Amino acid sequence: MKNNSIDFKRQATIKLADAKLQGALARLQSRFVEGRSAVISEIHDLQETRNAAAAIRDRVLNDLEHWLLHFEQQATARGAIVHWAESGADVNRIVAEIAVQHGVRTAAKSKSMVSEECGLNEALERAGVEVMETDLGEYILQLAHEAPSHIVAPVVHKNKEEISDLFAEKHNLPRKTGIAELCREAREILRPAFLNADMGISGANFLVAETGSALIVTNEGNGRLVTTLPRVHVAITGIEKVVPTLEDVTTLLRLLPRSATGQSITNYVSVLTGNKNAEDHDGPEHFHIILLDNGRSGLLGGEMQDMLRCIRCGACMNHCPVYQNIGGHAYGWVYPGPMGSILTPLLGGLENAPDLPNASTLCGACTVVCPVKIPLPDLLRKLRERQMERGMKSRQETLLLKAWAWLALHPNVYAFATKIGVRMMSLLGGKNKLLHSLPGVRGWSDGRDFPAPAGKTFRELYRQKKRK
Amino acid sequence: MNARENILGRIRDAQARAAKGTPADTLTGHLAQHPRGPVPPPPEDLVACFKARAIKLSSDVLETRDRKNVPELLANYLRQKSLPLSGVCWPSLGGLPWHAAGLEMQSRPARNEDLVGVTGAFCAIAETGTLMLLGGARTPATTSLLPETHVAIVDPGRIVATMEDAWGLMREAVGQPPRAVNFISGPSRTADIEQTVTLGAHGPYRVLLIIAPAA
Repeated sequence: MKNNSIDFKRQATIKLADAKLQGALARLQSRFVEGRSAVISEIHDLQETRNAAAAIRDRVLNDLEHWLLHFEQQATARGAIVHWAESGADVNRIVAEIAVQHGVRTAAKSKSMVSEECGLNEALERAGVEVMETDLGEYILQLAHEAPSHIVAPVVHKNKEEISDLFAEKHNLPRKTGIAELCREAREILRPAFLNADMGISGANFLVAETGSALIVTNEGNGRLVTTLPRVHVAITGIEKVVPTLEDVTTLLRLLPRSATGQSITNYVSVLTGNKNAEDHDGPEHFHIILLDNGRSGLLGGEMQDMLRCIRCGACMNHCPVYQNIGGHAYGWVYPGPMGSILTPLLGGLENAPDLPNASTLCGACTVVCPVKIPLPDLLRKLRERQMERGMKSRQETLLLKAWAWLALHPNVYAFATKIGVRMMSLLGGKNKLLHSLPGVRGWSDGRDFPAPAGKTFRELYRQKKRK
Repeated sequence: MNARENILGRIRDAQARAAKGTPADTLTGHLAQHPRGPVPPPPEDLVACFKARAIKLSSDVLETRDRKNVPELLANYLRQKSLPLSGVCWPSLGGLPWHAAGLEMQSRPARNEDLVGVTGAFCAIAETGTLMLLGGARTPATTSLLPETHVAIVDPGRIVATMEDAWGLMREAVGQPPRAVNFISGPSRTADIEQTVTLGAHGPYRVLLIIAPAA
């Protein structure tokens, strides 16, 4: 998928003014945020479980080579073929080659954010393979030629009226208005696609090193269909998704659906190991697993490694005041919200997403809900530091920060300057004590007033109080 | 150099820099022991807990002390809901008195046109109201997937507390997982349109669990 993060500020402004989107985002907040809070307390000892989950992910990342090699060995022993891909282009080439090798003309696909990184659908269409997205949300987006705006609920930005119009136009059927009717219509249109597909394409939420299995969590059943019916199955996932044992993955499964959609467990958890044997009636004859790097290995062993713990639940975006107001498209790439604001610059270049590390108030809600305890605000702050070190901040911002740093190191001058500053601002604030515009930082005061200080600094007030 | 060598080389270099790795025998030990993480305390009554959780996930639950009553219970359920009285079942269940209850059950994997699919379950998990199905020649995965109604016969003696317990049973019974292990928790659903939960996405519209002891 093309990275358009450079356009963040302009897109965010447009999204803030989009009334339909604002309605959709309010709904997401109530369903997912309240849903999570209702079921997360079911976990007997939540903090202990989060600690265990983070430790499992750390264990993998600290010895990633070992676990990947063990996974590869086990998966191969069961008849799967493991491929390694440096980039999205590599993934696209490998899938196209598999398609040619097995005479594949049609593919049915379940939701995979990694495949979105690669722009797989377009590449396969160019290679002459017809691809059908089968996750309801992704299917709607494919019809509308749009990108997902959330990693769990990809079509959260669209309301049901838009979907009714889209189905009526594309399916050439009478317009349905009920959500259940729309779902039924999609089911009936998509069932033949599952039955006729030569190839099923899925992601993998986890890879289990112990058994060489790919694990996928789904609700709709399309993930099961694309991995059961077609004669070829290709699972695409990131190199960081490996987990040592079935017990380890079970600990993560206690947290993933609860954090993502507020479900105690997803409808289906499918653990897929090897290809079909001679007696089996179902299952693919050929099982390919593609492990994508795409910049991930560059995060290992450094200050950003914690980001690789991510299990893609989306809780950080559901709880982020920035995401809640602008939705996912403004972020410009596959991953929005706090995790996207870190991953997008790290995988796609800081210079291509300069606004994302700053698209946060560092309120910390994301890290509180993160099931694997990623210190998201710390990582955002580290990216801001990198921007400063590399001279990527504007002259104005650099100067201001330098001036502030100098002041902070000279307490007497600081006291004097703030004394004058608060008095001036208090005066300018007038009767309502509000500043309608701040010179030099118009962007900040465009959408809100700045509360004027009371007229004295904290240090003055403190001294006064002490004297009494 | 190919992609595999490049990627593994970069990982190796990064790991050497960080030097946080664990000795290889500890890693092998972790695999051999596969220790459990924090698990919830077991419920007092596994069957009651399983039932309550399954109902919460929109499954229907019926119970009988005698497995021979299963066909009668199913026939009544299907009639009440005006559902067809024919379908497919796992070969291992072909011997139940389906015909006497007015049902026509064929022992074969499901096809697209089959509307009722009857399966057993390898075991069931009380913590979440979940079925664990191991795929195989006599336990085809399509039976619980293609039909609009999935019926699972659950042996109350095979209800365990957690998924960890379920893996334990699997390790004892078959060692390695078969090609497909499916955990099923209620009818398929989607909330993609306006985050409104709708039952019956691409899999079954309804799941009926019949708790009946093995013969």
